[in-house]
Amino acid sequence: MTTTVARARGLVKRYGSFTAIDGIDLTLEEGRIYGLLGRNGAGKTTIMQLLTGQIFPNGGELEVFGRAPAEHAEVLRRLCFIAEAQRYPEDFTPAHVLTSAPWFFEHWDAAFAERLVADFRLPLKRRIKKLSRGQLSAVGVIVGLASRAPLTFFDEPYLGLDAVARQIFYDRLLEDYAEHPRTIVLSTHLIDEVANLLEHVILIDRGRILLDSDADDVRGSATTVAGPSTAVERFVADRPVIGREAIGGLASATIDGRLDRADRLRAAELGLELAPVSLQQLIVHLTGTELAGAPEKEVAA
Amino acid sequence: MDDSRPIFVQIAEQIENDIIDGAVAEDAAIPSINELAAFHRINPATALKGVNRLVEQGIVAKRRGVGMFVVPGARARLIERRRDEFAADYLRPLITEAAKLGIGIDELAGMLREERILS
Repeated sequence: MTTTVARARGLVKRYGSFTAIDGIDLTLEEGRIYGLLGRNGAGKTTIMQLLTGQIFPNGGELEVFGRAPAEHAEVLRRLCFIAEAQRYPEDFTPAHVLTSAPWFFEHWDAAFAERLVADFRLPLKRRIKKLSRGQLSAVGVIVGLASRAPLTFFDEPYLGLDAVARQIFYDRLLEDYAEHPRTIVLSTHLIDEVANLLEHVILIDRGRILLDSDADDVRGSATTVAGPSTAVERFVADRPVIGREAIGGLASATIDGRLDRADRLRAAELGLELAPVSLQQLIVHLTGTELAGAPEKEVAA
Repeated sequence: MDDSRPIFVQIAEQIENDIIDGAVAEDAAIPSINELAAFHRINPATALKGVNRLVEQGIVAKRRGVGMFVVPGARARLIERRRDEFAADYLRPLITEAAKLGIGIDELAGMLREERILS
């Protein structure tokens, strides 16, 4: 039933001796919202640049809409990539950007763009280089949404956007996606803010995929257990622990894996507190220093 | 939405609660997938998954072209199921905590009665 929009197999990208993307397998399905998550320098932008044909891979296979994306116009016209720091020609105004956008995006909706301009209170006639950081981000967000490209990438689109503007972005994204389903890849650090918008989560660390899983499967997949050290140790004895902390006789351990009713009851009997782990906390555990020595470790989704 | 359980489960439970307390009557329509997604600010696929869970359980059913409706008899079935889960979900944690504090069953029963008068 699902159609694959993009597929990578053993994808590699090197810059000199630095391997930015280290043999990644990846599939993007039609009509889904993906979260591409990971720390700075993990390889998120590089993957998006490869998928949008801006750079060539050094190895592996890559197909977007059935073809290698680089230099294939019929693939590229179905893509939209909103970069973290999008550059525009000197002396351009937002009005120029919105006027030229339909030349590149066949599904461009000018009325929707106009509504977004009002939502974000974007001054259309001001020169781009005079815009604030947040207004500049709004230009990118408007282009990304109104282009309605079948495969749209937002690379940290919110820089300088205040909380209200970010909420407008999320709400408009959801509304428009519901009316016009398409594949959206959202790369962001504000994981808790977008967690509920995502259908699928791809976590990158050091050029490799650490987690590739439906957001629903990730949610509640880890729990933090806290209480007297001895009780905590007894409870987590045969479970996969992905994080530990201790203060005096108290300890907390984060375990990977769902707890059933019997587990919860046992924890209560041992006098332990259970706390859910948010997607953001889970990612901190998975990509934090604790795993620094074990990048090869398999992470069960 | 809390982080401890999948969102689609929470969506299904919320609709169940609306049916149990009568906010959504039997034979009435439940909100559309897009309405649920926009209201809860969640992915529409997640909202659909929640509603489908209720379809599988025979709580709501699709009427072609008009939407999802609460099946007659759904409320009684939901209440029956919640009663079955009541002991495990509420009583056992209560008894465990009471035991930890040295509250005996008789004292606990007295406290419950008093709480009921107060509320």
